[in-house]
Amino acid sequence: MTSAHLLLLICLISGVTSVKGDVALLHQEVITGISIVTFKWNHVKTPYLVALWILVAVLAKLVIESFPSVTNVIPESALLICFGWILGGIIWAADLQQTFSLTPTVFFYFLLPQIILDAGYSMPNKLFFTNLGGILLYAILGTVWCAATLGLSLWGCQAGGAMGALDIGLLQYLLFGSLIAAVDPVAVLAVFEQVHVNEVLFIMVFGESLLNDGVTVVLFNVFDAFVKLGGPRINAVEIIKGIISFFVVAFGGSLVGLAFGLLVSLLSKYTKNIQIIEPGFIFVLGYLSYLTADMLSLSAILSVTFCGVSCQKYLNSNMAESSVNTVRYVMKVFANGSETIIFVFLGISAIDKTIWVWNTGFVLLTLFFTLVYRFIGTFIQTWWLNQYRLVPIAFIDQLIMSYGGLRGAVAYGLATMLDDQRIKEKKLMIGTTLIVVYFTVILQGVTMKPFVTWLKVKRAAVAEVTLIEKVQNKVFEHSLVAIEDISGQIGDNYLRGKWKIFEEKWMSRFLLTSEARKKQDYIFNVFHQLNLKDAVDYVDEGERRGSLEFVRNESAFINFKKKLGDEFSEVLPDIMAAASDDPDAMRRDPVSSVSLQMHEKTMQGTRETEDIDAHHLLQQHLYKGRKQHLHRYSRNHLDINTDDNEVQEIFQRTMRNRLESFKSAKMGLAPAKTITKHTKKDQQQKVIFIYSIEYMGYYTIASGGSFPFRVNYKAGAGIENPTFMPDPDPMAPMQIPPWQAEDEPDGSTVSPSQRAQVRLPWTPTNLRRLAPLRISTQSTDSFAQADTPASQEKDKKWPPPPPPPSDK
Amino acid sequence: MGFNGTSPLLDQRGELRPEDFGAIRELSMNPIGDRIISAFFSPGKETVDFASFVRILAHFHPTETSRSRDGVQPEPANSRTRKLKFAFQLYDQDRDGKISREELLQVLRTMLEMQVTEEQLQSIAERAIQEADLDQDDAISFDEFRKSLEKVDIDHKMSIRFLS
Repeated sequence: MTSAHLLLLICLISGVTSVKGDVALLHQEVITGISIVTFKWNHVKTPYLVALWILVAVLAKLVIESFPSVTNVIPESALLICFGWILGGIIWAADLQQTFSLTPTVFFYFLLPQIILDAGYSMPNKLFFTNLGGILLYAILGTVWCAATLGLSLWGCQAGGAMGALDIGLLQYLLFGSLIAAVDPVAVLAVFEQVHVNEVLFIMVFGESLLNDGVTVVLFNVFDAFVKLGGPRINAVEIIKGIISFFVVAFGGSLVGLAFGLLVSLLSKYTKNIQIIEPGFIFVLGYLSYLTADMLSLSAILSVTFCGVSCQKYLNSNMAESSVNTVRYVMKVFANGSETIIFVFLGISAIDKTIWVWNTGFVLLTLFFTLVYRFIGTFIQTWWLNQYRLVPIAFIDQLIMSYGGLRGAVAYGLATMLDDQRIKEKKLMIGTTLIVVYFTVILQGVTMKPFVTWLKVKRAAVAEVTLIEKVQNKVFEHSLVAIEDISGQIGDNYLRGKWKIFEEKWMSRFLLTSEARKKQDYIFNVFHQLNLKDAVDYVDEGERRGSLEFVRNESAFINFKKKLGDEFSEVLPDIMAAASDDPDAMRRDPVSSVSLQMHEKTMQGTRETEDIDAHHLLQQHLYKGRKQHLHRYSRNHLDINTDDNEVQEIFQRTMRNRLESFKSAKMGLAPAKTITKHTKKDQQQKVIFIYSIEYMGYYTIASGGSFPFRVNYKAGAGIENPTFMPDPDPMAPMQIPPWQAEDEPDGSTVSPSQRAQVRLPWTPTNLRRLAPLRISTQSTDSFAQADTPASQEKDKKWPPPPPPPSDK
Repeated sequence: MGFNGTSPLLDQRGELRPEDFGAIRELSMNPIGDRIISAFFSPGKETVDFASFVRILAHFHPTETSRSRDGVQPEPANSRTRKLKFAFQLYDQDRDGKISREELLQVLRTMLEMQVTEEQLQSIAERAIQEADLDQDDAISFDEFRKSLEKVDIDHKMSIRFLS
């Protein structure tokens, strides 16, 4: 059905285009009377055609995607090109000339920027910057190498007579080399999207394709200028100027992008009242960054890339959730749409008799050299790079990296911009460029997947890892950080730590709204999500039961608040025991009134089944190491980042553990090294008083009851420990959070959730920093501290012991 | 190397004690910092000398796959097995060769945020043991540990470059 519609549309277009010639005549007729309806084609011609083309391209995508068996084998980009051929053929047949082709203006100003903006905005920053050294190496050196060798080889072959009589000088060859050499981000994305190689490999190729624009622009402009100047006028000065211009173009472009990125972040800080059009800013400013860089003859692609890269974090924090989603989705729509149109037009542009000048030698040699030099270049560079990499890039990955050097529309666009006065063989070059593009996109694209499978390239981790793996990965992360700290190495973490400090101190304060900074507190996030989910489920439950009557039942209310990670429709106690077929024995006792609190697990872990989904639980709650986390880049797959800040918790916990073990050592109990065991049945109240000990942190910690890992805080903790307190911050007073102070079971009449609700919202004036840890400025215990008195006891007074816990 | 110069570990005695490790502030912000520290000390000993220190750190050297293995050479410290053994011992504090449920629970407790309730922890630990335990003895032996981690890229995850 869709194909038929499509064909109809195609006929309409060709009909329209051929009609337009005749319509011109109509408008010159003398008006004899009032016409009730007129056909005003010329008025709407341009926008109509644009809209029509977009529609055609998108419909093509629709048709293609309805054959998943085909798209599994042949990448979508290749199919789109083929479709473009067909379309071009039809138009050619209708018009006998190619009325539509991919002009440089349209491509570079209307189709490319949004793709790059999307790439920058969705860039996995950590992965990118970790591998930046390698990426830069490939982008700069690799491109220069490919351009130079290709140009020289072709020139050499021409001199050797392999190509017949061609009038191309060395400079022109170098120019041609520079435009062919660049790996194209659009093509790379399109092909790698479907293959899902491991993230390091992907980021290398993709990052290279983005950053090599700096080099391409410079090379192209320099050689273009050289060609215009003519051979004899080139001397050392010009060459040096060329080299300098590289640095100017590359860094200048990046700086322009950064400036625009910061500008849009700053703007987003103040857009609270215009949330409805908040998303618009990034698009406008991103586009402006592209145009500004281009205006200053700097690298426009680099500019947009860095604009996206730098504003990601702040935009995602500052804007309302709906705006964030809007931005993501709209960007994907634009990027996808542009990509589709580009490929279709790449196909159409081929069906044009005027551009085809065929020279077998030239074409074949270009193809050959492009491939060969790419392989050689990649291998040499990787060999050198591996000396400096922690985990060397495997040989197989290098193969895929070389094979993944796809050329695309950028090369074609540059080729059409060649000056045809100076370059006699422009048509040949255009034609050859198209052939190279087709070869890489279609042939290499089609064979990429089987190649990857055959070579057993490590793929991106898609499968759900086992629990042990998850935990162990985290253990590894933490171990690495610890070892780096112990050995005093300045590794990646050091730089990253320093950057994080700088960023938090200066940039976040400047660029984030106060709410956003608040929300960086993970606990608050969890609480917020809990509330949201609660509200939704509340209503769902009410609807399910026919009315919200059950709400008025007090006990039901309290029990509803109980969250053990199971299905919310099973909240009522009478049905829960009956209906629950959960195998976990320990959950059968209904723990009461564990409430809507921040120390409960986030709702994202709830599932349809009654099992606690241990995987999700783990996923949500594992402390993230300081070295950071997985990221997936995909055109079609949008993920939400979660930012954590658990340093406080870890610190507190460690201090408590050390205290306890120290205390038990002092009391002659188990030796200091073993970890005291907390079991559910452990009724021992461990009260640890303040001593002036080395390992003491800021607070005394008393723990008790059946949830031993929850920490009660006592007021008046004030021990100076020179190791841990570099700056003399006043001790933050703490109070026992009420939901912990009483360890009584179901007897309490007031549900702690309600009490907790009373304590919220906390006011900024009472917010105290828990500990002057450099890394974090947020207190995880802000809720507890919200109502604490301003006065504090600083003296080393032993606090009264807490009330003994009741038996459970 | 950090031991004798650039790190905050001041040392004039030629050996380290646990308190010296404790002086590293970042370690107290690490959930398993204490376990790492205790991994440096052989069971029962209160000090670690330079040689042992280096030996432990050597576990984190990137694995060299190109090294030819002859039967005579003892297995290098940074081989995959040894790395895994090191990781195993982070769990297995009582060195009985098995990770019992209790030990796993302890590690989970330190690594998970405080929002997780005890029941949830128990169920995670139980699931984890179920997934990994092949001989149904309710504990994870080293072989089961290794088997469950065979898909993990240990090289990537447990290597630090030391001044090489």
